[in-house]
Amino acid sequence: MQFWLTQTFNSLALGGLLLLLSSGFALIFGLMRIANLTHGALFMIGAYVAASAARAGWGFAAAVVLAALATALLGGLIERLILRRLTGNAQAQVLATLGLSFIAADMCLVLWGGDPIPIAPPGWLAGPVDWFGFSFPSYRIAVIGVSVVAAALLYVLMERTRLGARIRAGVDDMPMARAVGIRASALFTSVFCLGALLAGLGGAVGGPMLSAYPGLDADMLPLALIVVILGGVGSLMGTFLASFIIGFLYTFGTALVPDLAYVILFLPMIVVLAFRPSGLMGGARA
Amino acid sequence: MNKLALLLLLAALALLPALVGEYYVNLGSQILIAVIFAASLNLLVGYAGLTSLGHAAYLGLSAYIAGWLALRMGMSHAFAAPITLLATTAIGGVFGWIALRASGLSFLMLTLALSQVVWGLAYRWTSVTNGDNGLSGLTRPAPFGIDLENSNAYYWFVLLITVAVMGVIGRLVHSPFGASLRGTKDQARRMSSMGYNVWGIRWCAFVGASFLGAVAGLLYVYFHKYVHPSVLSVTSSAEVLLSVIAGGAGTLAGPAVGAVLVVLLKNYASGYIERWNMLLGAVFVFIVLVMPHGIVPGVRGLLTRGKEGKR
Repeated sequence: MQFWLTQTFNSLALGGLLLLLSSGFALIFGLMRIANLTHGALFMIGAYVAASAARAGWGFAAAVVLAALATALLGGLIERLILRRLTGNAQAQVLATLGLSFIAADMCLVLWGGDPIPIAPPGWLAGPVDWFGFSFPSYRIAVIGVSVVAAALLYVLMERTRLGARIRAGVDDMPMARAVGIRASALFTSVFCLGALLAGLGGAVGGPMLSAYPGLDADMLPLALIVVILGGVGSLMGTFLASFIIGFLYTFGTALVPDLAYVILFLPMIVVLAFRPSGLMGGARA
Repeated sequence: MNKLALLLLLAALALLPALVGEYYVNLGSQILIAVIFAASLNLLVGYAGLTSLGHAAYLGLSAYIAGWLALRMGMSHAFAAPITLLATTAIGGVFGWIALRASGLSFLMLTLALSQVVWGLAYRWTSVTNGDNGLSGLTRPAPFGIDLENSNAYYWFVLLITVAVMGVIGRLVHSPFGASLRGTKDQARRMSSMGYNVWGIRWCAFVGASFLGAVAGLLYVYFHKYVHPSVLSVTSSAEVLLSVIAGGAGTLAGPAVGAVLVVLLKNYASGYIERWNMLLGAVFVFIVLVMPHGIVPGVRGLLTRGKEGKR
């Protein structure tokens, strides 16, 4: 019973991290039609920055905020300096993000070395709490809380604010959005920053669970891709749902059949692609 | 085309072992394997217009299957080689069916995700793949009593297969199938309304590309007599994609030129700096920003027009 309980919270927490990572990816893909392959690297950079800030004596919360802002800035720079030059050529943009992801991963190796850097959770979340005779992993619960709050904020942002309305307009019909006076340039940059911020936030919040290590980017990016494909490209709700599905499958797969966990991940993707190629909640456009 | 130039090039390649030392002969074999691999991906990227970011899966699968058949099943090369090619191509057929459910960037994401699944398996499924230690203790075949353990013999063997593969691809792209393949790239909807089965044509190209990738994988595992999960990594998919794009996708010579450059760059640069990934990334960004159509079309444009083509 304790095993199932622990694994359930692990699954939900991993799902929460995937939600942060993938919703940023889905946001960028939906608006700009770019598969941002630096997204795994941004997640990793978030974890490393948080680790360094924590080592330098910052509080955990401050380290997380710093990491999120740093990756947002980095995302903005990538969009402004590189992707902007390739406007209209989605494939070249994707290849540029692929090149950048290699550079970023190697830079992290230079700056932070090859050994994993653990990140300590804040003291009051360090140990498990005992309720009703079972122990609950308190940090996992906090991660779930953070991701749910972030998802709710993102939903409100998209559905209830002017920026969200502009983004939705851009996703639906960019030329028309431009014609009614929405500035695409500013919109792209802010969406890219927001997506990068979510990735960095995921990396920083996930730090105490996963720790920061070289290869974290390559571990996370495929999970994000699978989530986005499963959920439906460009559908935020689909991404939310798929994050938790993959979180459960990956955690339980790794715990029960460690050799084949990767194959299990890929089964729901095949089923969905076979019967609903546009994803669980994807619309007609993909 | 320039048949004479082609013959001269072939003669020079065939005479290479007489001119240079063993180190360079082995480097030559590696380059030729990379040329086959890039040519196989070019079928998808260049002619079908499908950018795959998971092509290392087929080279890696083929290498792993060959290694597994030899080590765990104790199979001889004569049986193992055709089974390897068949099995890898069959997996390519399944992966192609999955990946071609989507198009455009979703196709790219799917190929990447699929190859990462294979990569993850190679690392984790230790009972079959031996995990991070890789499969070692493999041998090269000895067809017709010719011992390919000899570097020169192996080089000529690879050269022979390279010529055959390039010949097949050359014939294929100029065949009616090649014309319809390019049709699906440029005018998919029009092809469809003319009664062509666009999906089927693309799937055939995908299967063909995975078969030729498997050929490269077999030559790869014979050459190194060892296979490690890193052969399946995104880095190796990116290297081969860079070869195709840097050289010039959709031309016969482009990917070959690109593969030569990437292998040489990797060999020499890694002698001076250990940051191959950073260099690979930088070259990628540079090529995409500065030379999006690749070297061969660029040089061809220079030769025919005396100045660079349209930017």
